[in-house]
Amino acid sequence: MEFFKQRTNFRFMPLRKRWYAISGVLIAASLLMIGIRGLNLGIDFTGGVVLELSFPQAADLDKVRGALATAGHEDATVQSFGTEREVLVRLLPKAGENTAAVGQDVLAAVQSYEPGVQLRRTEVVGAQIGKELGEQGALAALFAFLLILAYVAVRFQWKLAIGSIVAALHDPVLVLGFFAVTQLTFDLATLAAILAVVGYSLNDTVVVFDRIRERFVLTRKGEPAEIIDLAINDTLSRTLMTSITTLIAVVSLLIFAGDTLAGFAVALAVGVLVGTYSSIFVASSIALDLKLTARDLMPAQREKGTVDDMP
Amino acid sequence: MHTYPAWRLWLVAVVMAVALVLALPNVFGEAPALHLSRDDRAAFTEQSQAAVTGILEAKGIPVDATWLEGDRLVMRFDDANQQLAAREAIAQAAPREYLVALSQAPRMPGWMRAVGLQPMSLGLDLRGGVYFLYEVDVVGAVKQLLASMERDYRTLLRNERIPFTGIAADGNNGVRIDLRTGADVERVTAALRKQDPLITLEESRLGEGGSVTVRLTPDQVKQRQDFAIQQNITTLRNRVDELGVTEPIVARQGVDRITVQLPGVQDPNEALRVLGATATLEFRLVDDQNDAAEAERLGRAPLGSKLYRTREGGPVLLKREMIVSGEQLVDASSGFSEGQPAVFVKLDARGAAEMLDTTRENLGRPMAVVFIEKKRVTEAEPCGGLRSGTECTEEEVISVATIRGVFSSNFQITGLLAGEARELALLLRAGSLAAPLYIVEQRTVGPSLGQDNVTRGFQALMIGLAGMFIFLGIYYRRFGLVACVVLFMNMVLLTALMSMLQATLSLPGIAGIVLTVGMAADANVLIYERIREELRNGMSPHAAINGGFEKAFSAIADSNITTLIAGVVLFTFGTGPVRGFAVTLCLGILTSLFTAILGSRALIHVIWGRRRKLEALPI
Repeated sequence: MEFFKQRTNFRFMPLRKRWYAISGVLIAASLLMIGIRGLNLGIDFTGGVVLELSFPQAADLDKVRGALATAGHEDATVQSFGTEREVLVRLLPKAGENTAAVGQDVLAAVQSYEPGVQLRRTEVVGAQIGKELGEQGALAALFAFLLILAYVAVRFQWKLAIGSIVAALHDPVLVLGFFAVTQLTFDLATLAAILAVVGYSLNDTVVVFDRIRERFVLTRKGEPAEIIDLAINDTLSRTLMTSITTLIAVVSLLIFAGDTLAGFAVALAVGVLVGTYSSIFVASSIALDLKLTARDLMPAQREKGTVDDMP
Repeated sequence: MHTYPAWRLWLVAVVMAVALVLALPNVFGEAPALHLSRDDRAAFTEQSQAAVTGILEAKGIPVDATWLEGDRLVMRFDDANQQLAAREAIAQAAPREYLVALSQAPRMPGWMRAVGLQPMSLGLDLRGGVYFLYEVDVVGAVKQLLASMERDYRTLLRNERIPFTGIAADGNNGVRIDLRTGADVERVTAALRKQDPLITLEESRLGEGGSVTVRLTPDQVKQRQDFAIQQNITTLRNRVDELGVTEPIVARQGVDRITVQLPGVQDPNEALRVLGATATLEFRLVDDQNDAAEAERLGRAPLGSKLYRTREGGPVLLKREMIVSGEQLVDASSGFSEGQPAVFVKLDARGAAEMLDTTRENLGRPMAVVFIEKKRVTEAEPCGGLRSGTECTEEEVISVATIRGVFSSNFQITGLLAGEARELALLLRAGSLAAPLYIVEQRTVGPSLGQDNVTRGFQALMIGLAGMFIFLGIYYRRFGLVACVVLFMNMVLLTALMSMLQATLSLPGIAGIVLTVGMAADANVLIYERIREELRNGMSPHAAINGGFEKAFSAIADSNITTLIAGVVLFTFGTGPVRGFAVTLCLGILTSLFTAILGSRALIHVIWGRRRKLEALPI
């Protein structure tokens, strides 16, 4: 089986204003949504308490809320988690409170009317730790970007490096936008997924760039735009194929791995789609607009090194 | 016919064979087990092992397998009921001999264990357990030092017979000694300098009186803080060992934090209480010259004495001078004495000498044991008028007994409940905390959730793999099947590597594996697309295989290295789930590079490469 029986010959570069416009609108919308609605940050970043309770039969969420309010936790968020019997309780940190004891308080409050409730999981994160985890995450992302930028610049060329970084920045912004719109919980695992998306998108982009380099070296003549289009077409079925295999894995995670990994899997799924788009349409367009030419990608003149030419 | 160096075929074959063996222990899963260590911390001998198995045989509890692991004895059972019954039986038959911990043990056959094979270690989210992140109160550590300086100076001045009006911390890392007359300032400085020539002193004279302040230098403060953290880590380690947790982790994190991971612990509160507890003992003589009831009525104790309360609430006057404190205890164990719960203690040389002197001089007079516990004040547990969240010290006299004979290092204490005796013995053995600890992060995963996570994660992995296999088979036909074998090889290699390095597998780690499998397929896709292209360009099948692998190489290498960079950064900066994900992602990239470039080439060579006539490739 093949996606394309014939060699494809789509022209991507002449339409790059259109891709910029699409990406621009999506990015603006994402930033706007992040600005207006914000991300639904998990306790990893805000600090607080999360409890996963398991009820012997379907839980009545209103009753749970009532029991918690009586115990002095009116601000608790109560929602079902995965099945009707599992309930997730989330509390924001309060100043001067012994957070470690809150978990027991909540369990005791719920058990007072439903003794069969079991505590499946508790997470208590101090507000200070939450802040630090957030900072650490941002720092990790920044370092990853810088290192990758350096690698692509060394292995390829700075114009391509900029193209790949723009594409790689483009993807997490859209994924974050998606999380702002859907208000899915954004926690540490989601952050890991977003960084994985960056890696994945770069992987895709680098494969296209590898082909662009090869084409430039091989052809030497011809318009850069045409050569880039040829390279994208060369790798098109591979790009789609890989997106599909990765999506199969990710969708399987989303459906079967349970709610703990749901946010992670959603971030990856959205990221893979966006990453595929950006590596086909955005990365090379940027490099072309930075006036990428054949000369930029000629291999360093190793065969006739300058020293050998000396008399 | 195309050539391929034979050594590479052998390399792939040998690596895969080794990987298969290393990965094998993971196939068997885990079973309920007991970890036993001897209460006296000695190693298990043949006899003690026989004794334990004897207990279980007598009760008719079947043991699946028994083996020694370091100093500990591991007994594996078929199900959790037998495990619990066995624990009960051992506790009844030999109550004070063993520390017994419930845990899981690999179900792999004995010979695998004998050659040192191990399955992957599972993270807390997969096997259940508790994770704590403590912050050491370094300010509190300095306060404790100042308090002990205060005590020392009191004794010093009393011994030197220098009158003072007060000794107290001045709130700025110093202890101020207020003197009745300014003339004593020199005597005090001389006495202090004799004790420690490098001490930093500030003197002042005001009217009649004067004062000397001992100030800690910033270096001393920092030293004390570092010491407190190290000391706390040691104490926590001891306490964790006492809890009988298997494979615990206690480690310093950052400047002033300590992380504790206790796999398999099901009750975080017990662990929390024991780890953070500060209970200790003090021995004091009872002041039998004065009337305790009278002192209570007046609301103040006579000079040199302090008013305490017994457990029953009655007043008792004790001498301010302490005979021995908990720090001088070297060993403690709990048990029963004449039907009452008791703690058997052993003192160090200094403590024993003090005790010997005191008991000799005070035969027939009463001595008291004070139980001291520092607690965090909560609304549920108020303590005097103290604000919620602050620390409160509770002191209770647990026993008053007449000294009937001279004793020194070994004796017993009664007056506690059985549970308290056990916990006190544990705390006394493990040592005290050098500085208060605060929980800043806590994660608990119940065992059922852990099991669910394993099942679900594994299921997701299998279904994802199956989906990919079907798709690759349809899309690349027989070459697709080769890709499936290569992906399977990748899984085996990754499992082997994780088992060998004993890297911890967590739920995000499983996600990382799933993602790597998706990306490992990519390397194969790159190669096959190239082979197809070469074929389209009119190459012969053999030339197409060669060309495909060669030309795909740079794309595979570059793309994997960029992802590897992201993975390494995640590993370096990440904590918890991020790190778990990064580990499998990085290792997965390495194994997929090996299997896709060398493994898949070798397979294709073995299947198609040696045919002289190859008309077309099934791709």
